Amino acid sequence: MKTSIAPRQISQRTAFALLIAATAIVVIPVIVIIVQIVVNGAGAISWDFLTQPSSQAGKAGGIFPAILGTFYLMLGTIIVALPLGVMAGIYLSEYSRDNWLTRTVNMAIVNLAGVPSIVYGLFGLGIFVLMFHFGMSLLAASLTLSCQALAMTVTTSREAILAVPREYREGSLAVGATRWQTIWNVVLPQARPGIITGAVLAMSRAVGETAPILVVGAAFFLPGLPQSPLDQFMALPYHLYTVAAHVPGMSKTTIWGVALVLLAVVLSFNILATIIRLRARKRRYST
Amino acid sequence: MKQKQRDSNAGAAAVLASGLGRRWRLGEKFIESWIYLAGLLTIVVLLGIIILLVKEGVPIFFDTPPWEFFFGTNWYPVSEPPTFGIMPFFVATLWVTIVATAISVPIGIACAAYLSEVAPDKVRETIKPVIELLAGFPSVVMGFIGLMLLSPLVQSVFNLPTGLSGLTAGIMLAFMSLPIIISVSEDALRAVPDEFRQASYALGATKWETIWHVCIPAALSGITAAVMLGVGRAIGETMTVLMVAGGALAVPVSPAEPMMPMTAAIASGIGNAVRGGLQYQALFAIGLTLFVLTLFVNLVADRVLQRQKRKFQR
Repeated sequence: MKTSIAPRQISQRTAFALLIAATAIVVIPVIVIIVQIVVNGAGAISWDFLTQPSSQAGKAGGIFPAILGTFYLMLGTIIVALPLGVMAGIYLSEYSRDNWLTRTVNMAIVNLAGVPSIVYGLFGLGIFVLMFHFGMSLLAASLTLSCQALAMTVTTSREAILAVPREYREGSLAVGATRWQTIWNVVLPQARPGIITGAVLAMSRAVGETAPILVVGAAFFLPGLPQSPLDQFMALPYHLYTVAAHVPGMSKTTIWGVALVLLAVVLSFNILATIIRLRARKRRYST
Repeated sequence: MKQKQRDSNAGAAAVLASGLGRRWRLGEKFIESWIYLAGLLTIVVLLGIIILLVKEGVPIFFDTPPWEFFFGTNWYPVSEPPTFGIMPFFVATLWVTIVATAISVPIGIACAAYLSEVAPDKVRETIKPVIELLAGFPSVVMGFIGLMLLSPLVQSVFNLPTGLSGLTAGIMLAFMSLPIIISVSEDALRAVPDEFRQASYALGATKWETIWHVCIPAALSGITAAVMLGVGRAIGETMTVLMVAGGALAVPVSPAEPMMPMTAAIASGIGNAVRGGLQYQALFAIGLTLFVLTLFVNLVADRVLQRQKRKFQR
């Protein structure tokens, strides 16, 4: 009996060692990537780098216009995608019945989430740039990114609203509030942390997204800052793509510096989302 | 405290409802109609994408018959007369997806099994945020890392003429699809009821035997969905393959060659395409092909996932 246990224990140990090795293969590169970008890029970061316009095809000067363009894009995306996403989330969790329409909407969301970003780019080019005549502008790019962010804001809002216990709604309805009053005064405040988490993640996506804005026409270099939503724009991820892949003789430190700024913005949004989520969870458990 | 606030909210709402009467209710109807519209908007966007891709992309088939378009091996959009055969791009997408899947599936499932079945809570709580960080890396940053760090490595390890190849792109894509594979597989494993494990232990199985013979088979449909979502990711990823796959236009016979997957073909060609021109139409037709492929993969994954969810519901 004992002799048969030993090999089984050995195979268990070997198997667990392999599982741990697989996990290490996932985790270690993440740390290596972050460390490499920080170490190699830190040298480029200076006040001038962050606040000055670029010159000599990005070889000198700073990246301020790209940072500002990305900020505008993020703002434009969230202004459109968040309200629409929350409203669609309310529809799906509070108003819809289990019929073909609801099933179609849910199916549409699943598919929108899986559409490749370059296809959103083609959509934005065809609809916003050409059909609506917005041109290669901040407006067209923001709307394109909004369509892409929609699947995420709808899903997170729906989940956050569905997680509000039914008793809350019943209590509100029982004292005579209408359905909308219940949603506005009771359900939405409870669902807020979840909705905000989704919005922050959607913003972080919008900051890093490159393929759609490449198609709808981000610029690598512009003489001035965008003055209106119909102006062309520069953006951080597109800037990184161009300096990394297309500008010969670019100083390595500068490229790493651009990557560092982009990664820092994106990751700080992700960390912010995690903090909001953890705090909301703690509060829920403590009451 | 919270209770009180909620009560006063609801109370105030009741007063409002009875006091303001008709006008308030009209406003409410207005808001509610907007909510219906927002719900419908998701369908509108999806239909809009389909209609646009069909409208701009299908006309190419009047010039280049579908047979030549899908199976043609030459892509010369600017020569006279131009030829549009997307076989090189299609095969390139196939190669990078195969490489990515071959790497990400075993590693992803093993990592999910470790996190869900073996890891102590503390370890799990530290590793999960790291994987979420990976999910948050923008694809252009991954492309940049592939360009700077991975491609020299691949070039020297496999002794290739260039490090920019389908292999490098596939490895990068594997990393980018790992987070979704891990999180969906882990959810599937966690959904396996504890009774299954206890029954297995009661029969004298070790923990590993339980994972291998009970947990993974029970979670198999969820894991399948995870793999499909990972494949969908790899097919649709653009920036990484644009930057590190090498961009060669020949039909690649091995993953170690430079190549141009479908997404990269669209991204690199669209800037030069004249609106409504043949190249423009051809690129939209590639977009339509991509859309149909990912739509299929995602629909099947969703179907499998729903079935898995129902499996353990009692």
